[in-house]
Order: sequence, then C-alpha cells, then structure tokens
Amino acid sequence: MSHFRTEIRQRAEELVSLYPRKRSAMLPLLHLAQEQDGYLTDEAMAEVAELTGTTTAEVRGTASFYDMFHLEPVGKYVVGVCTNIACLLAGGEELLAHASSTLGCPVGGTSADGLFTLEETECLADCNIAPCVQVNHRFVRTTTPETLDALVDDLRNGRREDEIPPHGTLIRVRRSGGLRVPRAQLADERAAAQTAREERAAKVEK
Amino acid sequence: MASFTAPKIVSSRSEFTDSHTLSRYVATGGFEGLKKALSMFPEAVASEVERASLLGRGGAGFPAGRKWSMLRKAPVSCLVINGDESEPATFKDHYLVEREPHQLVEGIIIASYALQVSQVFIFLRGEFALGLERVQQALNDAYEYGALGSNIMGSGFSLDIVVHPGAGAYICGEETALIEALEGKRGFPRIKPPFFPAAIGLYGQPTVVNNVETMANLPWIINNGGAAFAALGGGRSTGTRLFALSGQVNNPGMYELEMVKNTFRDIIFDPALGGGIPEGRKLKAFIPGGVSAPWFGPEHLDLPLGQDEVAEKASMLGSGSIVVLDDASCAVRAAWRITKFFSRESCGQCTPCREGSGWLERIMFRLEHGGGRPEDVELLLDLCDNIAPGLSWPPQQTTICVLGSSIPSSITSAITMFRSEFEAHVTNDGCPHV
Repeated sequence: MSHFRTEIRQRAEELVSLYPRKRSAMLPLLHLAQEQDGYLTDEAMAEVAELTGTTTAEVRGTASFYDMFHLEPVGKYVVGVCTNIACLLAGGEELLAHASSTLGCPVGGTSADGLFTLEETECLADCNIAPCVQVNHRFVRTTTPETLDALVDDLRNGRREDEIPPHGTLIRVRRSGGLRVPRAQLADERAAAQTAREERAAKVEK
Repeated sequence: MASFTAPKIVSSRSEFTDSHTLSRYVATGGFEGLKKALSMFPEAVASEVERASLLGRGGAGFPAGRKWSMLRKAPVSCLVINGDESEPATFKDHYLVEREPHQLVEGIIIASYALQVSQVFIFLRGEFALGLERVQQALNDAYEYGALGSNIMGSGFSLDIVVHPGAGAYICGEETALIEALEGKRGFPRIKPPFFPAAIGLYGQPTVVNNVETMANLPWIINNGGAAFAALGGGRSTGTRLFALSGQVNNPGMYELEMVKNTFRDIIFDPALGGGIPEGRKLKAFIPGGVSAPWFGPEHLDLPLGQDEVAEKASMLGSGSIVVLDDASCAVRAAWRITKFFSRESCGQCTPCREGSGWLERIMFRLEHGGGRPEDVELLLDLCDNIAPGLSWPPQQTTICVLGSSIPSSITSAITMFRSEFEAHVTNDGCPHV
C-alpha cells in the first residue's frame, strides 16, 4: 500500500518518468515526500526507494547529505537566518539571536507549539538585503528585529499562508505534462542532424 | 569614472516588475535570438559563441566555446545548467532565475541546438523556491509558445528541458558533484581525471555543464553577433558581467558592467554604483570574487574588473561577487566565519579538507571568542600549507576538488594583511572589537 496520497503518488510517478534513470528522481521525490509529511518519514523513504529502484539505506544515506532534508519532524515554518560573510557584516548573528528569543526556540530547535524551527543558514544568495532571512525557503527580507517580529506575528496569526506554504512544499508550479518528445524520435532527429553536419564538413574540406 | 556605455546584456529588463512573464519577455525582443539561431546551422551558432569569446560565468572562467568544442564529435550528449549558486556573497543567478527566467530558457534552447544535445537539465539551488517556480513557469510557457517540444518553431528541432531542484549543499556547485546529485546520489565530487564531464559526465555520457549567467548571454550574442560581444570588455574578458556587491557599502546590489572598463574603485565608490563606504569609515579590505578568493586591500582598488587582471595579482574574479569590509570590522571574525562555512560544507571525502577545515575553524573560533594561543598563527599557516602546499595562487591541490584548496584563502589573507590583529586577539583573549 502506498504511503503517498493518491495525488502525491501520481506526481511522484510523473517525476520518475522525466529521467532516463529512475534514481535521478531521488532529490525531487524527497522534496515531494516532505511536501506530504513536512519531513522525511521512514514510510516515505521506503516508498522513494521503491520508486527509484534503490534501498531505504541508499535513500537515507543520500537524504542525510543534504541540508534541506529533515529526518526528524520540524515546525510548520522553518526560519533560516544567514550569518555568512555579507550577513555577518550586517548583524546576522545578532538577528539570529533575536529570532531565537522571539520564536522561543534554540538555533537548530523547534518551538514548543511546533510552529517554528530556527536554523542558522549558510549564504542564501540575497546578500544585498542583509541579513538574509528565509521562511520555508521563501525570501522574506526582514533585516531588522522589528520587521522580523512583525513577520513572526503574521505567521502566528495565519496571515502569510498564501505566500508561505507549510514546510516541505517547495515548488507550487506544476510541470505542464511529461516529456513531449518521444526518445526514439529524438534519437532519430539527432542522428540525422549529425549526418547532415558531417556532410557539410566534408564539403568544406573538398 | 565608471563606464556606463555598454548595453545591458543580461539584465536589460530589470526596470520591469513583470520581467519574468512571457508577455513582457516577448514584447522586449524575447525569442528573437532563438528564431535567428534556428535559421542557422548548429555549428554556425556554436562558432558565433566562440567568436564572442564568452568566458564561463560560474567562477572558473573557462571559455564556453572551448567547453563546447570538446563535444563536437560526440553524437549523443547532455547539457546541464549549473544554477546551484552558493558561493557566499554571490547572488547574480538568483536574480536571473527569478527575474529573467525566459532569457535563461531561451539561452539554453540556443545552446542545445548548437550542441544538438538530447537531454537538458537545469539544476537549480533548492533554496530558490520562487526561482524554481519561475523557471518551471517559463518552461511551461515555452512549450505553449512553441519554443520547446517537438519541431520547435517549424525548424525540425525538438527538445525537452527538465528543471531539477537541489537540496542544500554548496559542494553541488562543483560540476561533478552536481552530476552525482542529478544521478540521485550524495553530492560527492568525482575523482579526476577525467577532468571534464565532456569526456564522462551524466550517466557516463559526454556532458557540458554551463552556468546560468553563461546561458543568459546567448540570446544577445546570437541577435547581435559574437563580434559585437567580443568588442566589449578587454583582453580575454569580453562582454559585460553581473557583479554582486555586498558588505559595508552604501548601495549593495547587483550591477551589470562592461568587463575591464571599470575598476574595483568604480563599483565600490561611484555614486551610481556602490556609493562608497558608510560615513566616517574607511575601506579596510575587499574580497574580489567570492569567499574562495584571496583578499585585496585599498592598494588594489584601481585594478580593472577583468579575469586576467585580477589573476595577475594573485586572486580571482571568480563568481563576480565583491564583499567590502570597512575599518570597523574584524578581519579575524570575517575569516573565522568563512572558515566555518567551508567546514560545514566540506563533503567529507578527502582528509585534508574534512579534518583541516574543522581544525582551522576551531582555532579561528578560539582566537575570536577567547582561548587563542600565541602559537596559533603559525599553526594556522602550517595547516593551510598542508591543505594547499606552498600557499601559492592558484593553489596547489591535495583534494579531489577545489573546495579544499579554497579554504586557506581567507585565513592566509587575513594573516598577511592584518597579522597584528591576530596578536591582539591572543593578548586580549578574544576579539578586541567586541
């Protein structure tokens, strides 16, 4: 029986079909598993193993390499504050400490109500608006304690739900269908193009 | 005086808030480059790019045309776009994927046609949620518009593109690690040789890995010709480039500037660009090309923004990201944080990098936070020398990839330029700035 809900399972199978080898769908499938459960459950990883033709050990071993995959439950909102060089120079460490007290959780921990997890992140590539803060990988651009507090207040009161989906939902724009060009057609086309090119090259040499 | 005569090549739509939409893209000349490219022979498109002398915009600055020509004889191949932008202080690709996704897609289709590849993946950094959505939407739009799928614009050329999210790992910006991640594995860089994925890449097939900004240049190059591109800039550094300016400047931001025609002083101090250092402070140092690059001091301000010009002074233009430190900032603290980054992001395969980065971070931590010892500076240099023997530039490598040899840059720069600060940290038993 599938751990994934019907709709998630369907999207998972579509993802696998985009790659010539099933295992290539590993990272997208793990993101999808987090979309359903908020983090990576054992059941979801077993299903990803089935979908990718790997073992659960391989899935766990791969997932644990990547910062965005959580093997333990996290809050509905994962708040990331960057303290890397540009943010450090702009007070990133101070903002991180402030976030910790506002959210009521230590860095790396989850608040008692399960709403927030706080992370110290590496550079998030938004260095001109420093310190950089993301919530569920959405740039929120709250660079001061005051704007951060206002954001947290909004999140607590459900005011930013359209903009910031629960943790795990990464890409809300669906691909408009699978691959459009049959692999056999593509192979024929490329072979013909290669032949034509060789003929042109031969003509030039003459 | 900064030079503003060059056209905006990759950020021409920055004034439009809807620059990411298909309608705006088409209304501002979008897909004209692709139409022109499809009317040419694929090898003619490739020659045009070679004529432009476009240097790869990822960090290493390898000529894109030469990367492509390695594939010429191979009939089946893959194109992988590196959008895993994670070099600290680099944020140009973030802009390009969120604000100019159609330009990226058009560039990729042009490259795919030139190379006649059959598989294309855009590897985007997982933390770019909006960017992933914008690029997926741009791909959906391109299918709808007839720029992707079977028989593109009646040319007989067909193509699919798949966007692939990363999951948070700096090392996946290294092209062989990126390929491993795309194969569904841990992002472990592959042992060299082969030095280039053009020999053995994705699924063991010949593969070109190109940066997002490199692709974004292609529509303009095809529309205006490689010669027009090569006429901009100077020496080997042709065209324009997106420079990401951050740190202690009045106007941090992303600026598209002609290569070589501007200097570090221009971008940091020109009122229309960085606008100088905050009132009452002075420039202490700057990092010229991402945190892997050795630092520069005020004496390097008049150096042109060109790849070879910076390399001659023993650093690199790298990813085009410039971080400014003013005289109130602490060099030890800055170098400690950069070292902490490398320590966190080391993939762990090679001992010098895995153990060395952690050891260096612990020493830098105690210097900054208390507990530093008089012998620490020599110990730091000795450790750095074990990771990158000789401490020369470009660095010697003891590891599979260049992450390891990038670790010493900030520490050796800070020691060379501000050795007395290290001594003050020991005497003061922690950072005297705090």
